[in-house]
Amino acid sequence: MARGISPTRKIGMTVLAWAVGFLIFFPILWTVLTSFKTELDAIAIPPKFLVFDWTTENYAAIQEQRNYFSFLMNSIYLSLGSTALGLLIAIPAAWAMAFSPTKRTKDVLLWMLSTKMMPAVGALVPITILFRNFGLLDSRIGLIVILCLINLPIIVWMLYTYFKEIPGEILEAARMDGASLVKEITQVLTPMALPGIASTILLNVILAWNEAFWTLLLTTTNAAPLSAFIASFSSPQGNFYAKLSAASTLAIAPILIIGWFSQKQLVRGLTFGAVK
Amino acid sequence: MYLNRLIAGAASLLALTVSAGAQTTLTIGTVNNSDMIRMQGLTDEFTKAHPDITVNWVTLEENVLRQRVTTDIATNGGQFDIMTIGTYEVPIWSKQGWLAPLDNLGQAYDVDDILPPIRNALSTDGQLFAAPFYAESVMTLYRTDLLEKAGLTMPEKPTWTFISEAAEKMTDKDAGVYGICLRGKPGWGENMAFLGNMAREFGANYFDASWQPQFESDGWKQAVTLYVDLMTKYGPPGAASNGFNENLSLFGQGKCGMWMDATVAASFVTDPKQSQVPDKVGFAPAPCGIDNCPNEGANWLWAWSLAIPQSSQKKEAAQTFIAWATSKDYLDLVASKEGWANVPPGTRTSLYENPEYTKAAPFAEATLAAINKADPSAGENKPYVGLQFAAIPEFQGLGTAVGQVMAAALSGQQSVDQALAAAQAQATREMTRAGYIK
Repeated sequence: MARGISPTRKIGMTVLAWAVGFLIFFPILWTVLTSFKTELDAIAIPPKFLVFDWTTENYAAIQEQRNYFSFLMNSIYLSLGSTALGLLIAIPAAWAMAFSPTKRTKDVLLWMLSTKMMPAVGALVPITILFRNFGLLDSRIGLIVILCLINLPIIVWMLYTYFKEIPGEILEAARMDGASLVKEITQVLTPMALPGIASTILLNVILAWNEAFWTLLLTTTNAAPLSAFIASFSSPQGNFYAKLSAASTLAIAPILIIGWFSQKQLVRGLTFGAVK
Repeated sequence: MYLNRLIAGAASLLALTVSAGAQTTLTIGTVNNSDMIRMQGLTDEFTKAHPDITVNWVTLEENVLRQRVTTDIATNGGQFDIMTIGTYEVPIWSKQGWLAPLDNLGQAYDVDDILPPIRNALSTDGQLFAAPFYAESVMTLYRTDLLEKAGLTMPEKPTWTFISEAAEKMTDKDAGVYGICLRGKPGWGENMAFLGNMAREFGANYFDASWQPQFESDGWKQAVTLYVDLMTKYGPPGAASNGFNENLSLFGQGKCGMWMDATVAASFVTDPKQSQVPDKVGFAPAPCGIDNCPNEGANWLWAWSLAIPQSSQKKEAAQTFIAWATSKDYLDLVASKEGWANVPPGTRTSLYENPEYTKAAPFAEATLAAINKADPSAGENKPYVGLQFAAIPEFQGLGTAVGQVMAAALSGQQSVDQALAAAQAQATREMTRAGYIK
């Protein structure tokens, strides 16, 4: 690949790549910087980039007002729980659609995706009433189910694409050797599709972590995750950008760190086929 | 087996003990503003006096809170025992039977001490449905130093003609000083709150007696024409995206000569921690556009208030908390901990009779005068309750749609006439659909 590219072009491309990367990263950087400013510095015009009185008072104020860790624990429960539940349903579903498709399989896949097209607010009142009747309002288990259902179409689609790339003959061979259905899925299919499953898990954890409609509207205190934590620092009257930035920084930090460490797997899972 | 039974027995015994000293947990939905945060910090004082009640705070962004509590109330979800709502919601929700009446606030509460306009705005058929936590009307905030430099003195009752002249003389764009800052960000509680108030200062309402929208009336035309003209010539750049908070920052940074907005802004701009011009701010009534304009210009009334939804199972404890949080004693408590300047303003007559408060809050007199003049009740030519808003369920959507048209006029995408015609058409369509206009 590198052959035939002149050094100047290579430098140019590198600079461009860094520039684009910086551009994408800039809003996050700005949020982090703002979180260390005073409220007055946060709104200063012209904006202050690095030269300002660095302060950690926003973090102290936030910790004083709310218990970050209870929100964090809820975020962890909800994103891991909904992803685990989703995989439990999606792996068999994707297996069935990939290896024993019927003539309606494509329609089913499209129909599943179509549920993502309805604005969530359209289902707000029915879901709230269901939750109220089942006593699920402000419960982690209720939200895990909802988040799982929201992300299920994406999990199934992703897994379906990965499974499709595994030759059916391998599974057939396993079957010829006397493997049961459970063994076929757990010992043959899953290990081969592991990179794909890993990136599906990661993407779903991120999606569930960032979900901010149902997590705000179906929780009060017990099940409220970090999205509710951030929302609580926006103020109708008075300056709040610095504190809001500090809250955002705290909320995105865990997922950013996980993403950073697992980016190799994520990129490999998204770009490579399952058995390459 | 034996162990299991023992554990089960112990557990049920424990359950019994817990239920004997039953704790009532109140869930309170609220917005994040400094007065509310202060109250959360003082909750311990309440629970000390009422050890059987614990309090859970749910703080949300204003619009999320509104959506959240509306859903909760409409579906009878019972998630909240107390919620923070405004003067817009109270008349609508109380008529729907969604709010529990506040009829047991106790002897010491002194309901009559609540400023009459606020008490009326939070009552339906003489029954109080929400207790005010802090309240505001509208005033003119101006920079005393800049006005003096311009060789002018603020009249006791300013007119829009004077304001225009002052805005011109105070503007020094090279120095980054703009004569006038007003809200431009679209939204029924943002630019429409200001414009609805300004139209009233020119004698115009949102609807006439037969619910016909009035956006093409003379009053609205004069108000919006002047608003766009002033803001284009003497306002800050990009004003169509400035709401309360943005103007607060601009004024606090010394970039605005005058600012007409909520009276509560006064406590922010005079606070040295939040403003660079704390000792250069003067306060005057909101200007009039015509002679004898309604409410002498003060056409704005808002109170963040605490109310109990009918779906709450803990109404008694909730009322106990509200009685504490909106009492005279609470004001004293805040004063003793954080000083008189930080007491939530605008709710009680006794506060304004307290010399310690009036000394600590230079804006007290102007705030009280504005609130007392603001009469939001329905009248002969005004079939709705409210001043800067109309207290009908349709107003949120309608106000925000019209607000977008007004922002387009301000940014020059549309002429004022076009914008008003579009607003009129939209409002007429919405009001016809809702059945107000046959």
